[in-house]
Amino acid sequence: MESWKLKMENDQKYSQLSTIHSQFSIKMVTVNNIVKAYNKGEVKAVNDVSFEVSKGELFGLIGADGAGKTSIFRILTTLLLPDSGTASVNGFDVVKDYKTIRKNVGYMPGKFSLYQDLSVEENLNFFATVFNTTVAENYDLVKDIYVQLEPFKTRRAGKLSGGMKQKLALCCALIHRPTVLFLDEPTTGVDVVSRKEFWEMLKSLKQQGITILVSTPYMDEATLCEHIALIQNGSIMSIDTPYNIIKKFPDTLFAVRADNMGRLQNALRNNPQIKSCFSFGDFHHVTMENGKLRMENLVTSLKNDGFNDLEIKEITPTIEDCFMNLMDNK
Amino acid sequence: MRTLKFLLRKEFKQIFRNKGLLPMIFVAPVIQLLILPLAADYEVKGINISIVDHDHSTYSQQLISKVTASGYFQLADYGNSFQGAFKQIEKDKSDLILEIPQGFEKNLARESHEKLFVAVNAINGVKAGLGGAYLAQIISDYNNDIRMEWVQQLKFNPIPQIEVTSSNWFNPHLNYRFFMVPGILAVLITMIGAYMCALNIVKEKETGTIEQINVTPIKKYQFVLGKLIPFWIIGIFIFSVGLFIVARWVYGIVPVGSLLLLYGYMSLYLVALLGLGLLISTFSDTQQQAMSITFFFIMIFMLMSGLFTSIDSMPTWAYYIARLNPVTYFIEVVRMIVLKEAVCRHQKSFPDHGWFCCVSEWFGNLEL
Repeated sequence: MESWKLKMENDQKYSQLSTIHSQFSIKMVTVNNIVKAYNKGEVKAVNDVSFEVSKGELFGLIGADGAGKTSIFRILTTLLLPDSGTASVNGFDVVKDYKTIRKNVGYMPGKFSLYQDLSVEENLNFFATVFNTTVAENYDLVKDIYVQLEPFKTRRAGKLSGGMKQKLALCCALIHRPTVLFLDEPTTGVDVVSRKEFWEMLKSLKQQGITILVSTPYMDEATLCEHIALIQNGSIMSIDTPYNIIKKFPDTLFAVRADNMGRLQNALRNNPQIKSCFSFGDFHHVTMENGKLRMENLVTSLKNDGFNDLEIKEITPTIEDCFMNLMDNK
Repeated sequence: MRTLKFLLRKEFKQIFRNKGLLPMIFVAPVIQLLILPLAADYEVKGINISIVDHDHSTYSQQLISKVTASGYFQLADYGNSFQGAFKQIEKDKSDLILEIPQGFEKNLARESHEKLFVAVNAINGVKAGLGGAYLAQIISDYNNDIRMEWVQQLKFNPIPQIEVTSSNWFNPHLNYRFFMVPGILAVLITMIGAYMCALNIVKEKETGTIEQINVTPIKKYQFVLGKLIPFWIIGIFIFSVGLFIVARWVYGIVPVGSLLLLYGYMSLYLVALLGLGLLISTFSDTQQQAMSITFFFIMIFMLMSGLFTSIDSMPTWAYYIARLNPVTYFIEVVRMIVLKEAVCRHQKSFPDHGWFCCVSEWFGNLEL
């Protein structure tokens, strides 16, 4: 708990700093009122989205599957034309200057998209060559990642494990020293250890001055970004630092646990004084209507309902709580 | 240039590592070239014939022995009822019935005139047509023999007769394989060019690598050339193997025309065909779709190319479709150059061809 608080304080300081910082820094990515619809306008994948990313920032797009993250990435990497709105990467317009953008950005699609029948080494060489550079020239940038791949360098890319594939894809996206790196759900389907490693790598890349946009459906990864945008159904619900987003959480949050969790959820949801109740692992996260109900009252009422081993505590909201709350309010 | 070189190197690496595709490209054409020309033989031999003889005379015996001795016919049944012979046709044991009427010899001698009845099972049109024609020819020969026999007595006044002697050019022994091998060779190149090219590009779409390529500075023409050149080279290689190894040593076909012209024409043809593959790949998202679309086109191209049936005998509308078909020209060119030593001015097809290749190439580029 202590360490958590310490982290929050750090985050707070950092958040203030980065707010000041972002006011003066160069904008690497700007998105203005982008709209993209599919099926002749039936499905609005991206609905009036605007945001900015400063130089050297690690920016996260957080949202469930189908929220429009990939569409935004594809627009920014010039693979998709927006229906309306403008966007620029590194000062270049995504529609007019698409050729310049393609030389300067790195893109790692959500699906593994390297040549499975070429070896690790060949893939890396290939991508270096098409960007008119060599592996040796930018080796320092990928060195930390590539050393882990080195033992398998003659292996076909298709025969690598999931985590290794991701590392190779990241190397290939980095080999031409891009100014902005787009990572579309890089950690989806990757084990916990590899995910952690992956985020460590992103942090070290950030220190090299590369601006990174990353999308993820995992809320726990949100706190690892400097700024996050929470998206749902193609619209941005909130953009801020993770700390500020948590701070903006309007209610006091409680975690509730008892012996029969299924029945507990029903009981809580049927209680008119409970505003929201979501299941989070071992606990149900609960907010109260207008803060009327006191914690003690809730304990008594639940005990009367026959719940044993009752445990209730006040907690700091997580990004997921904020996400659920924002979704509920919509 | 360096990028293109690297793209080509990558492409060849991928092709040679594909253990499923490699035999399809290099072994399958040779096997097909060994099997198809031997199997696809148009000469009709071994036609089963039922003879119904109501006469049992010397003349009828002579006619029957002449028919069976011709080598085209096998006597399946010899009887004296038409119904019995017809049963043989129904059982598919015989293809033709020759009915010799009663009093055949007598009427022929007395009235110098008699009718024979021939019934043909026409389910297989070619066999029926050829069988009927052979039989008619044998009967007319026989007729001449009889006339000669009788007329011999009048030595002073022989009956004027026109005798036809033919000389077979370009394929003196009427070897059907000489006709088929160049055609099948052309079809094999067509299939490899269109299929491989279409499937290869769609594979990049399927695995998503095209997305990754799109975010690189690779130019469109580099990507397209990187895809076309390998299959262009492979196409020419297979054609050479087919022409100089299989056709030369297995079938003894030595091209008599200009090889330069043949290869020049093929280079152009392959560009058109790869363009078609490129076009198909832009319309399809999966290899399955690409396969089906290519199959559709190749099927029409093959059947309407004059490989098996002469396009001159097609109905007018079909003739024009065949004239739009690039395979028609290529088969014609290969046959003419390999067998006939044709030169450029004999080929009217160059403009059509250029047209086809421009259109498909342009569309392909546009869509990609």
